[in-house]
This record gives sequence, structure tokens and C-alpha cells, in this order.
Amino acid sequence: MNNISMQTIYLLIPLLPLIAAAIVGISGKVLPRSLAHVLTILGVGGAFGLSVLVFLDVMKGHIFNGTVYTWMTTGDYTFEVGFLVDQLTAMMMLVVTFVSLMVHIYTIGYMHDDPGYRRFFSYISLFTFSMLMLVMSNNFMQLFFGWEAVGLVSYLLIGFWFTRPTAIYANLKAFLVNRVGDFGFLLGIGMVLFFFGSLDYATVFQRAPELADIWVSVVPGTQWSVITMICILLFIGAMGKSAQVPLHVWLPDSMEGPTPISALIHAATMVTAGIFMVARMSPLFEISTTALSTVLVIGSITALFMGFLGIIQNDIKRVVAYSTLSQLGYMTVALGVSAYSVAIFHLMTHAFFKALLFLGAGSVIMGMHHDQDIRNMGGLRKYMKITWITSLIGSLALIGTPFLSGFYSKDSIIEAAKMSHIPGSGFAYFAVLAGVFVTAFYSFRMYFLVFHGKERWMEKKHDHHHAHDDHDHHHGLAPNEVPHEQSWVVTLPLVLLAIPSLAIGYFAIEPMLFGHFFDGVIFVNESVHPVMHELKEDFHGAQAMALHSLTSLPFILALSGVVLSWFFYMKRPDIPAYIKSKCSLIMYVLENKYGFDSFNEKIFAGGSRFIGSKLWKIGDVQLIDGLLVNGTANLIGRIAQRVRRLQSGLIYHYAFAMIIGVFLLLSLFLLLSLFMKV
Amino acid sequence: MNGIQTDVIAALPEIFVLSMAMFILLVDLFIKPANRIAIFMLAQLTLLGAAFITMTTHVASVTYSFSGMFVDDPMSDVLKLMIYLTTAIVLVYTRTYISLRGMFRGEFYALVLFAVAGMMIMVSGQHFLTLYMGLELLSLCLYALVAMDRDNARAAEAAMKYFVLGALASGMLLYGMSMLYGATGSLNISEVGSSLLNGVQNRPVLILGLVFIVAGLAFKLGAVPFQMWVPDVYEGSPTAVTLFIGSVTKLAAFALVIRLLAQGLFVLAIDWQGMLIIMAVLSIVIGNITAIAQTSLKRMFAYSTISHVGFLLYGIMSASVNGFASAMFYIVSYVLMTLAGFGMILLLSRKGFEADQLDDLKGLNQRNPWYAFLMLITMFSMAGVPPTLGFYAKFAVLQAALQAGMIWLVVFAVLMAVIGAFYYLRIVKIMYFDEPKDKSVIKTTTEMHWVLSLNALALLALGLMPQSLMNLCAYAITLSLS
Repeated sequence: MNNISMQTIYLLIPLLPLIAAAIVGISGKVLPRSLAHVLTILGVGGAFGLSVLVFLDVMKGHIFNGTVYTWMTTGDYTFEVGFLVDQLTAMMMLVVTFVSLMVHIYTIGYMHDDPGYRRFFSYISLFTFSMLMLVMSNNFMQLFFGWEAVGLVSYLLIGFWFTRPTAIYANLKAFLVNRVGDFGFLLGIGMVLFFFGSLDYATVFQRAPELADIWVSVVPGTQWSVITMICILLFIGAMGKSAQVPLHVWLPDSMEGPTPISALIHAATMVTAGIFMVARMSPLFEISTTALSTVLVIGSITALFMGFLGIIQNDIKRVVAYSTLSQLGYMTVALGVSAYSVAIFHLMTHAFFKALLFLGAGSVIMGMHHDQDIRNMGGLRKYMKITWITSLIGSLALIGTPFLSGFYSKDSIIEAAKMSHIPGSGFAYFAVLAGVFVTAFYSFRMYFLVFHGKERWMEKKHDHHHAHDDHDHHHGLAPNEVPHEQSWVVTLPLVLLAIPSLAIGYFAIEPMLFGHFFDGVIFVNESVHPVMHELKEDFHGAQAMALHSLTSLPFILALSGVVLSWFFYMKRPDIPAYIKSKCSLIMYVLENKYGFDSFNEKIFAGGSRFIGSKLWKIGDVQLIDGLLVNGTANLIGRIAQRVRRLQSGLIYHYAFAMIIGVFLLLSLFLLLSLFMKV
Repeated sequence: MNGIQTDVIAALPEIFVLSMAMFILLVDLFIKPANRIAIFMLAQLTLLGAAFITMTTHVASVTYSFSGMFVDDPMSDVLKLMIYLTTAIVLVYTRTYISLRGMFRGEFYALVLFAVAGMMIMVSGQHFLTLYMGLELLSLCLYALVAMDRDNARAAEAAMKYFVLGALASGMLLYGMSMLYGATGSLNISEVGSSLLNGVQNRPVLILGLVFIVAGLAFKLGAVPFQMWVPDVYEGSPTAVTLFIGSVTKLAAFALVIRLLAQGLFVLAIDWQGMLIIMAVLSIVIGNITAIAQTSLKRMFAYSTISHVGFLLYGIMSASVNGFASAMFYIVSYVLMTLAGFGMILLLSRKGFEADQLDDLKGLNQRNPWYAFLMLITMFSMAGVPPTLGFYAKFAVLQAALQAGMIWLVVFAVLMAVIGAFYYLRIVKIMYFDEPKDKSVIKTTTEMHWVLSLNALALLALGLMPQSLMNLCAYAITLSLS
């Protein structure tokens, strides 16, 4: 295929979903419902088909890096829209378009009765466009555009049911927390522009080593490495988007949005944008071990402590949400130990099995008529066979069962953490190892409570509902109703996502981690950070890795997690209740999510409100309003009234003003010319 | 013989427009009132034909004709095309308005076309007399147009003011020209230019002439302190005529400024720069501040025009090719914005209702969200909010001024633009947050709906992709001034 037609394809991939989103979004209620999903699915399906083409083309070694459109040039800086299509991009494009396609199909069933049906399709197509722009960009400006655009759609979708106060609260929270991240991100980009004079990836990466030894003094008396500052600032952006502690607080609340977007945006794609970004910036991060250590520690904290919170959740979506947080922590750990390709590998496998788990949860929620409390479920395997099997596959992949996709990526992360020697790696290894047990425990707690055991919905005791997913529905099953499996539009995506959750790790590990797949894309300074090199020496094929692991610590931990949850929740439900009553302090800490929310609520929100009200009363009302704004406005208003009076409407006044004007100009410039002569 | 042929070809668009204007007058005598729409179509056809002729005779070089009194260069061609286009838009916007007010007659169209011919001559004039003739042809048509609605006392008053003050300004311009003639011995712009380059003239006489010329130009543009007529004429004229005066004629005034100051008197740049600085600053201050106190939409636009003229002068006073090009970009942007703004007033007005008060826009969003959105774009563009065209226009002239080293003047202009944003955004607030006063359904013709939509959306589209228009202006100015 020649270059020109490939360029057209690159353009078409993001544009198809955009056009579909625009048509569906603008035409509104005019468009028949069926056309809304047909159009958007065609758009995203087309993008997926073309992404496959691009992927095959890239595998042949055709890498594209070029400008599509020059937006503006000011002075020395050029701001462009450009694409960088290499192996990393091509893989991300495949993942994004595939998961998005699955979610589009699934949505037909999930949002079937919702009045915002068309709006929803328009949003998710718009999201696909934004995410594609993010991963395909070849410069920081477009990256930031995609970054903000996916954020925007995410806020819109969290608040999709905008008549619900909780949804509005959650969407405001997501927006505010992301401001913090984006503030850092934008500062980072600003520093890149300042120190490199360019926003183009290739130029920046090429010049990065020159800046390795440049120090700046931001606070007098301290010297900070420029690269470290840039990396940490960029990573703050990633912390916001990829929900790392302490900027993670928005993600659990984002579950207020409809389930399909929890799968697409808050599990599979958008929240991994931070991981993608750091991997893309590997030439920068490699220079600064300090920055990598920061990344590592933040990641390990997230991986372990967010997992704990998953154990005590009773809302099916929140369990999966905390699991997402913990898995994002795993990816961040991989970034921190310079195993970028492992992080991306886990990003990919996680996208499949986590989307599967979310969509499965959504299917359960539909089957339960929008009751999300797992305490009201149980025994669903008889009634929802496909959902049961696929969710089991997803959970097994998540906890790292040998041969399943999650195993390969997660085990590689654990191995990488073990081999790393940068500061913080000891803690990281402990965190990811302990995390395995925790993950297995909460995953199977949920699995057992939902699909096995007593059919608790028969009892109909719980008349208070912890959380809801759709305001238009009467929540929960009617007295004589049983859960039911959904139509094919819901189950088909589950089956299609289960396939890569099962198998993709086995096939992809060798080329992605140890082959030449990421050559020239991800840069690792092997002399300083030899983790990938050591991993490679220990690797003897996917099959050997899986067999070997059966005797290793992670497997034993995972197995014991599963067994323990079975024992606790299937055999002796009294034990967890007993533990709960005895360990009230731990429960208190966990139930308050380590106090992040109340801290933010009291200190940040309360503090800002306090400062705000003080500033408002003293600064704004008295000084700015009274003196400056109203003062100026009054002054200008008074001047305006005066000047207005000059406009008397009398013709001789006007003529007089003109003549005076000429007279003054004349005298001034004649005098000036006389002076200039002298 | 050959010479006459080239002369005629160079002036073919002007000749065509004038003949058609007379033809329309004749046709109007014999046409039944019910078929008057034919006049409208004929006028539009005239503009289309003139555009066709201008396009086909366009060459990327400068051609002098009529013994150097007339010039056909890229700048004149581009500006003429802009004049045709904007006049055509004006005619579309005004048709319903004037037919509801008994002005839908042949004279209206003939006068507009004569005015167009006058503007074309101004744009192509290369001689003081040609320029003056074009200017007077335009002005006389405008006076008549303002007074078109004979029974309207305010229109008559406005016409009278416009006429008297306009005559005064023309007198000043003519006086200035005669001074220059005395100093240089020529009325031809190129010759005046080269004569100024060559020898030392009587400097006080030159300055005297220059001040009078600048005063005359400032009157045409509506720059302070020669702006007094603007609000009264804007408010008093029928809105249809205000639209014409406020938009299209500024293109010709711009051409006049370029011909006289940039081509003829470039050697005196130091002096006229000083004068323009004073007028630009005063215009921005008076225009923006007084606009705040207005309750009439038309008067507000009048003061807004004055402040826009201030910004336009920033481009011109940079006295560089880049500055002139950005000023041209500014004037074209200004005309497009003004068309959209007044177009909305025309669209909202009905028989016996003018829609020219700020209150008439109240709650427009509830009455018709699309029109509110179009007006929103227009207001954002006038205020200079990115990514609209108005932002790039301001950006371009201020950048040119920066390159000329006028940092503090630029800072000042930016501050004043912030004050100016107040009254534009107030309109947005009124449209979106106030309760509508009258809730009647807005009725309009299909062509008006589409042209106005395209007009306003063009402000957004050109703001997103300003490069093509910028290149066009740079092309016109660079080739014509070299």
C-alpha cells in the first residue's frame, strides 16, 4: 500500500467516529433510535477495521510520523496536528477501537429504554475519536487536546443522568480532581516547550539527553534537575487521569455513570491514558531515576491499598472499580521499574478482561433489574449462563491464573519489581505480591456472592438499595421474578471479550516483551535499568513460564485468596461478620477509604470554601467589587454618561468638534515639525 | 485606439455597474409593483456580472489606465470582489425590511449600485480627482439613501447631519489635496509620491495638507474626533441603510486610506503615524466606553464601529506592508461581523417594530436557539474571543503594531478590548439568561435564514482557518504596494 492511501486511512480512523458522533449528536431527536446506533457502530466498526489494516502495515515495518495540518505558527513555535503511527500506537488503536466497538454493541441492550439513547451513542463515539487523537498524536499539544477531550466526555458521561444529585456530585469531583492533574501536566508541557523549544515528540526525545545535566533553581537555594521536574509534572497529569493515589478519589464515584462507559472509559481505555503517556515518554523518564522512583512508589501504594478497599464493597460496580484502581497501580509499578513494555502489555490484557468484567457486571445489573448490591444476589449461575461463564473467565484472568492473559502480564510485573534495584523497589515488590492475594480474595468474594450460594433475591428482605444505575427503573426484582439472561447484543460482546482475556497473553508475551515489537518505540537505558534484560534471560517461552509458576509464590497466594474467599463466603459466612465486628478500627479506616474523601471534603473543599468566602467578603465584595470593579465600572459608567452628553445631537456642536480636532492636530504637528527643524 | 481599449477594459466593471444601475431605473418605470422582485434579481445579477468581469480581467500585476488616473491592481480587484459580495449580502438582508416599509423601489437598488460604482472608483483611483469623484458619488448616494424613508423625521434629520458634516469633511479633504498639489505640483498619487521622495518641499504646507487629508479620511472611517456623525446617522437611518453604511462603505474608506497615505504620502509616514496614534487611542477609548452606556443596539454598534476603527488604525499606523495587510484583514473581518450583527436586527424586526433596542434581544435563546447561537458567535467575534475571526483580526493588527515597536499602545489596546468585551458579552447574557419580552415566533425568508447562518458560521470557520484570508490580504497588499 502506498503512503498516500495509508495517510488517508490514518485520517479516517479518528474521523469516522467523529462524523458519526456529530451526525447523531446534532440531529438529536430527529434521528430514529435505530439509526443512532447503526451510524455510530458503522463509524467505530470502520475505525476498527482500518486499525487492523494499520496494525498489519506497521508490523511490516511501515512507521509514519508526520504533520497533517499546521494549526498556527507564532514566532519560533509551530503548533501542528500530526500522527505518529508506530507499534505502540497501532496496538493502542486496536485495543481502543475493539473495546469501543464491543461497548457500542452492548449499549444497544443496556441503554435500550433510556431517553438519552442517542446522546449516549454520540458521546461514546466522540470519546473514541478523542482517545484515538490522544494515542495517535506526534506532539504534546495534540496529546493535551486528546487528554482534555477524553476527560470532557468522561465528565459528560459520569453526569449522564444529570437529574441525579449523586451523578452531578461525582462528575464535579472527577472534574476538580482532574484539574489538579492537568495543572501539573500543563506545567510539564510548558517546561518541555520552554526547554526544548518544540512540542514534537521526535525532536524532544532526540534532545532529551542534552538536558540530562541541566539544573534549575525554582525555590532559591535548591537545585532541581529539569528532566526530573518535567517527568514528575507530566506524571502528576498521569496520576489524575490514571487515578493514582492521592488523585484516585474520583474513579470510584465515576461509577455513577452508565455501566458501558465504566467499562470503556473508566476501565479499559481513558484511565490507561496516563500509563500510555508515560510509556510514550520513556526517553524522558529513563534519564531520571528520581522520577521513576516516584512513579514506582505511587504505583505500589495504589496497587495494594486500593485492593484492600475492594474487599469491603457491596456495590458490584464499586468492587470492579477498586480492582481497576489496583490494576492501574500495577501498571504504574511496571513503568517505575522501567518495564514499559510490560506496563503496556498489562494495559492491553487488562483492557480486555476488565471490560469483560464490567460488561458482565452490567449484565448482572440488568438481570437484577438495576439492583447493584451483591448481598441481594447469589446463585445467578443457573439463570445467566453466558454471563456466569464469561465473568468467571474474567475473574480468573484478573487474579492471574496461569495460561490466561492476566497471568502473563501480572506475573511479568511482579518479576520486574523483584529484579529492580531503584529506590522503592523493595516496597513495590511486597506491594504487588500482597496485591495478588488481595485481588484473588475480593474478585472471588464477588464472584461467589453473585453467582453461587443461596438465591438471596428470593428473600426480598432488603428494601433499601445501596446504589442504583438507572433512575427510570423500579429497582430490584419483583417478588415472583427471577433473573434472566440478556439478548445477544449483550452476550455477544461478553463472548468476544472473553476470547482475548483467555488467550492473548499466551500469544503476545513473547513478541511484546522479549521480541522486537517495541524496538525504536520504547527506550530503556539498560545499563542503569537492566530489568527488562534480566527478565528476558529468565524467560523460556510462554508455556514454560506458566508451568513454572504453578510452584511459585504468586500462584500460591492467588490460590489461597480464592480458597479463603470460598471458605468465608460460601462455607462460613459468620466468620467475615465476626471479623468485621472485632476489627472495628480497620473496618472504620477501610469504610472511610483511608479518609481521602473526608480529608478532601474538609480540608480542600472546606478550606477553599472558607478562603473563598473570606476572599469573597473581604477581597471581592469590599476591595474588588467595591473599589475596583464597581469602582471602575462606576467610573467608566460615569465617564460614559459624560461622554454621552457630548453627543448632543446638535449639528453645530459636531461641526465644531471636527474643526477643533483639525485645529489641534494642525497646531500640534506644525509645532512638532518646526521643532524638528530646529 | 489601442490605448482607449485598455482603458475601457480596465474600467469595465465600473462601466457595467453604472449601466446596469441606469437600466434598473428604466425598468423600474415600466414594471408592475407585484413584479418588483425582478429589480432585486437584476441588482444581484449586476453584482454577479461585475464579479465575473473583475475575475476574468484579473492579473497579478499593476495596470495603469486613463493616463495614470486609474489603476487596476490586485488590491483593487480583491476589494472590489469583497464589495460585490458584501453588497449582495446586504441586499438579501434588507429585502424584507424595506418592502415592509415602503422602500422596496427601484431607486433603492439604483442608489445602492451607484454607491457601489462610487466605491469601485475610490478603490481604483490613482489620482486625487478620481478618488474625490468616487468619494462624492458614494457620499451623495448615501445621503439620499439615509433620507429614503421620507416621512420619517429622524431619518431626515440624520440625512441632514450626515450631509452637512460630510460636506465639511469633503471640503477638508479637498483643501488638503490642493495643499499637496501646491507643494508637489501634481495630483497623481504616484507622482506625488515620487516628488516627495525627490526634493525638499515646503514642510509646513505639507503638514497642513496632510492634517486636512487625515481629517477627511478620519471622517469617512468614523475615527475620533471626527466620529460625531456616526451614532446619530446609524440610529436615525433605516436599519437597512445603516447596514450598508456600516459595512460595505468601510472597505472603500480603507482603500482611500491606503491610496492616499500608504501610496501617495508614505514619505510623510512619521507625521501621519503620530496623527493616527492619537486618533486610534481616542477611538478605542471613546468607542468602547461610550458603547457601555447605550441602550439602543444600533447606537451600541455605532460606538463599537468607532472602537473597531481604532484597531484598524493600529494596523495602518504600523506603516509596514505587514501592517497594511493586517489592517485589510481587519476591515474585511469587521465588515463580515457587522453584516451578521445588523443582519440579526433586520431579521428580528417586523412591520412597525425595529428590534433595535438591547431589550429586544431578551431571551432570544428561548425564542430561537439557532439565531441566539449565531448572534453569540457574532458577539464573540466582535469582542475578539478566540477562535473566532475577530480574535485573529485583533491579533494580526496588534502583532503588526508590536513589530513596529509600539508595545505600550498594544498593551493599552488589549486592556480596552477587555472593557469592550463587557458590552458584547452583555448581549450574550441578555439573550441567554433574560426572560423574553415578546414571545412571538420569528419569521423570516429562507434565503435570509441561510445567508445569515452562513455569514455567522463563516466568522467561526475563518477564525479556525484564518490563513487563506490572511494570505489573500497579504497577496493583494504586497503586489499593489511594491
